[in-house]
Amino acid sequence: MSAPSLLARRVGGYSVRDLGVAVLFLAPCLIVFAVFVLYPLGRTFHLSFFSNDLLGRPVHFVGLEQYQRIVTDPYLIGVMGTTALFLVYTVLPGIMIGLGLALLLQPKIAAIGVFRALLATPFAFSVAAAAVVFNVFYRPGIGLFNGLLQQMGLPAIDWLTSPNYALGSVAVVSIWRYMGYTLIVCLAGLQSIPDELYEAARIDGASSWHRFRYITLPLMTPTLFFLLVVSTIHSLQTFGEIKLMTAGGPVNSTTTLVYSLYKSAFAYGSSDYGLASALGVVLLLVVTIITVIQFRFLQRKVFYS
Amino acid sequence: MKTLRLVAHYAVLILAAIIVLFPLYFTIAGALMTDAQLMRFPPMLVPQELHFENFAKVLEAMPLIRQFFNSIFVASAIVLGVLVTSVLAAYVLVFLNIPFKNVIFGIIMLTILVPSESLIVPKYLILVDLKWINSYPGLIFPFVASGFGIFLMRQFFLSFPREIYEAARIDGCGHLRFVLTILVPIVRPALGVLGLYVFIGSYNMYFWPLLVINTPDMQTLQIGLQALNSSESTQPSLIYAGAAIAIAPMLVIFYLFQKSIVRGLTSGAVK
Repeated sequence: MSAPSLLARRVGGYSVRDLGVAVLFLAPCLIVFAVFVLYPLGRTFHLSFFSNDLLGRPVHFVGLEQYQRIVTDPYLIGVMGTTALFLVYTVLPGIMIGLGLALLLQPKIAAIGVFRALLATPFAFSVAAAAVVFNVFYRPGIGLFNGLLQQMGLPAIDWLTSPNYALGSVAVVSIWRYMGYTLIVCLAGLQSIPDELYEAARIDGASSWHRFRYITLPLMTPTLFFLLVVSTIHSLQTFGEIKLMTAGGPVNSTTTLVYSLYKSAFAYGSSDYGLASALGVVLLLVVTIITVIQFRFLQRKVFYS
Repeated sequence: MKTLRLVAHYAVLILAAIIVLFPLYFTIAGALMTDAQLMRFPPMLVPQELHFENFAKVLEAMPLIRQFFNSIFVASAIVLGVLVTSVLAAYVLVFLNIPFKNVIFGIIMLTILVPSESLIVPKYLILVDLKWINSYPGLIFPFVASGFGIFLMRQFFLSFPREIYEAARIDGCGHLRFVLTILVPIVRPALGVLGLYVFIGSYNMYFWPLLVINTPDMQTLQIGLQALNSSESTQPSLIYAGAAIAIAPMLVIFYLFQKSIVRGLTSGAVK
């Protein structure tokens, strides 16, 4: 008798039954988030203020020492430089290639759907599959790429074994794999531009360069900005290619922020959880700053439209 | 003049397709050549005869069938989990009148923002405490709730006519019954988009299984490829064959469901 009346009751303007259902329905996702995101988030900050014993237990409070290491240790300063260089190699070139291909795929001509599907195919490659296949292509002696270069009378390149080329070689694989995504997003952006604008410009006698410069580019700015943010974050998180192709070498020339985090926590005999956590906090801060900038920009965008 | 431009356009498209697809082509071609052919100079680009035995050899060298099963099983379980948790949470956020709704939504958005690599150390330590290292739960549970999934479902539910919801409720339709018999059938295409997106992401996952799994029979296909990479370095044909097996399901899914995948990928980008 009392159960239905309890469920029908209202507390502070909310129905008790609805509250019960809400708790029940939200519990699965909130438990997962609590255990695997929120608690680890607090714990990452906590661990970053400690140095740990061999079993990974935080034993000595060291304050900001781990962060001090990041800004003073030459190895870690080098890591930050490598991370920045990797962004330079991947982000803008990746977006430019994606936009270029999307422009090629924009006109509604025969069989364009087939080309759209074909050119977006790298999306189907996993990090691991792409990395092991390019490893064979890049091989110094019998590798396919050097074979082709020599056939054309060009000197062989130490793709992955020279500190000058390794980061670029890894960047190529990363750009190639991510290209399907940039291409799809650019194409969707291009398709949202009304055809009438191009028609009007054509009637006014605008050249194809002018149509690109004064219609496509301004109207694509929000899409390109979105891609800039997303690819930067994606690039910062690159791990599999580096682990499988160079393991951070040669002479740390491909050790980026995320890879150094992995190495300090999990490489043989390391277990430096304090430093790894501090590096995790740095990554989190960088990603947060980028995201905040994006929100600011989007707000301005809404204001304009 | 116009035809000339069109011909040039197709020429550029074909050239771009050749460059972009070359790695895929050679993965398949290389999987059908012998190691001697693959190490020949000048490089051989087209297989003379088809050496399908490479696939048999790679299945012998690695527990690839078991790892294939692991990958499909883990990815399917994650998809199921994400669909259930996302629908339930988004339902509450859109249809129910509860306190702290914005706080809960904020927490969910926060989980999208945080890069998972930042949290890798404590997440790993939690898994050690739960004794989930080298187990399926360790591969599955951290991923069965997705902030992106909840966000996407919420967007779809927001466009659901409120009157239908209220009419159903007044007629005495319970919350769970409404979700299962009215909401889910209507948003099925959206569930398909989210499911595909999550399946591809989970199947291709690399960092987490690398940390969590330490025996070959529990490894997913992606980690199996790594072992192939280091142990079979003198047999490139096996590496190509292994990679071809690993990408085959993704290629099939990509070409079959391209429209849905494109919709999923652009749902965050273009308003």
